[in-house]
Amino acid sequence: MSMPAQISPSFSPRRVAAMMLRYWYLLRSSWPRLLDLVYWPAVQMLTWGFLQYYIASNAGFFARAGGTFIGAVLLWDILFRGQLGFSISFLEEMWSRNLGNLMMSPLRPMEFISALMVMSVVRLSIGAVPVTLLAIAFFGFNLYGLGFALVAFFFNLMFTSWAIGIFVSGLILRNGMGAENFAWSIMFFFMPLTCVYYPVTTLPAWLQPLAWMLPPTYVFEGMRALLIQKVFRADLMLDALGLNAVFFSAGVIGFLALLRSARRHGSLMQTGE
Amino acid sequence: MPAATSPSIAVERLVKIYKTVTAVDSISFSLTPGSITGLLGGNGAGKTTTIATIMGLVTPTSGRVTVLGAEMPQQRYRVLHRMNFESPYVEVPMRLTVRQNLTVFGMLYGVEDVRGRIAQLAGELNLTEFLDRPTGRLSAGQKTRVSLAKSLINNPDVLLLDEPTASLDPDTADWVRSHLERYCRERHATMLLASHNMAEVERLCERVIIMKRGRIEDDDTPAKLLARYGRRTLEEVFLDVARGAGVESEAAQ
Repeated sequence: MSMPAQISPSFSPRRVAAMMLRYWYLLRSSWPRLLDLVYWPAVQMLTWGFLQYYIASNAGFFARAGGTFIGAVLLWDILFRGQLGFSISFLEEMWSRNLGNLMMSPLRPMEFISALMVMSVVRLSIGAVPVTLLAIAFFGFNLYGLGFALVAFFFNLMFTSWAIGIFVSGLILRNGMGAENFAWSIMFFFMPLTCVYYPVTTLPAWLQPLAWMLPPTYVFEGMRALLIQKVFRADLMLDALGLNAVFFSAGVIGFLALLRSARRHGSLMQTGE
Repeated sequence: MPAATSPSIAVERLVKIYKTVTAVDSISFSLTPGSITGLLGGNGAGKTTTIATIMGLVTPTSGRVTVLGAEMPQQRYRVLHRMNFESPYVEVPMRLTVRQNLTVFGMLYGVEDVRGRIAQLAGELNLTEFLDRPTGRLSAGQKTRVSLAKSLINNPDVLLLDEPTASLDPDTADWVRSHLERYCRERHATMLLASHNMAEVERLCERVIIMKRGRIEDDDTPAKLLARYGRRTLEEVFLDVARGAGVESEAAQ
């Protein structure tokens, strides 16, 4: 007879795999979900790419700084889609009324979070790889040509996206679907401050320290340094990594605190508005 | 104390207050292994909060809940793999096929031979022909059987059921009850059943706990409750309790 294991381990890769399988089954069964991963990043990249192409042909600086807009769009999409991929996988549980099943199963919060993190990378890859190929085809911009720098950019941006995704998921757990909008919009709060399309020096002096408190600011500055000055700023990447460690820890601590609060307030029983 | 005599579920002076609302007001009961107990009460009586607290989904304001010797919710991960539940307030993902859903939950609950267990459950619950169909495309009765399969996937020692036969036709409901009864007898599993279906409770349960406004109003075997209230059915007893009528002996006094 099939029996459950007698001891439930504190972290089970099998339970993480179960959740990944659950999201993979879902993605596989729904072409609109798959299409959604690609079409918006593609539209955005093409719009900004053509704009950059136009500006570059009329301004010397932009001609020299080839690819900064497209690079910024693609890196912003890693940040935004990474968080969205995390949050949407979490929201799928709310939409399907499955969260109660998971919360009353042996699945532990860190296993749940791990599965959501992996799925955010999977979802991002499904969307981003075709778009980066389009960028090569349309504008001759090869993101992969950034080499090791791209790895550093990608890792730092994903780290931030997970930290924010984890915290937003906690907010939704605690406050129900009324907090769903945060999942869609919270990253846009960071957009002007992280200086996606312009240098930090563009911001008013009093706002610049705030910008430097956000890990993605270092990534976008690093991207401009690489594309314009042809210099890889490892110092910026290390600063971003340090800040990301703080953001990620705060995200996990916040999530666990919100989960405890949800248990106290009975929010896990009512996952509606 | 020997493990065999330890209660599967022990609730001691449980209180749950949401802001200013007392959902559960100092209730105590314990369930012996292998017992089937009905939890009755009108809407807002505190049944769902009680069950959610037993599952570790809600933290008590005060009091203590233990399941298979583990304190809930603090020690829930010691026992969650030996428990399971079914409720109309949660669903398994509808886009996934029955097999996919059962595979995911089998893995979550640490079932060793997931394929074998799915095949076994599908046979027992007449789900074999639906295994590769999306759960959302099944009829209400078939979906209930899928939920039941999910709740039995890990051969639970403690099974919590909230309205397990709601929205089922009488034939399917009867079939589900028979299956649950057989499972508990064969497995010596403890079952706590919240239901508004009095006939169901009368048939399945050897003990009935009636709640009202967060408190336990009565707690006995169905036969003794019927005798005490001087009624022929549990539904009449339930109405007496809900409407505040006393037991027959009190009325006589």
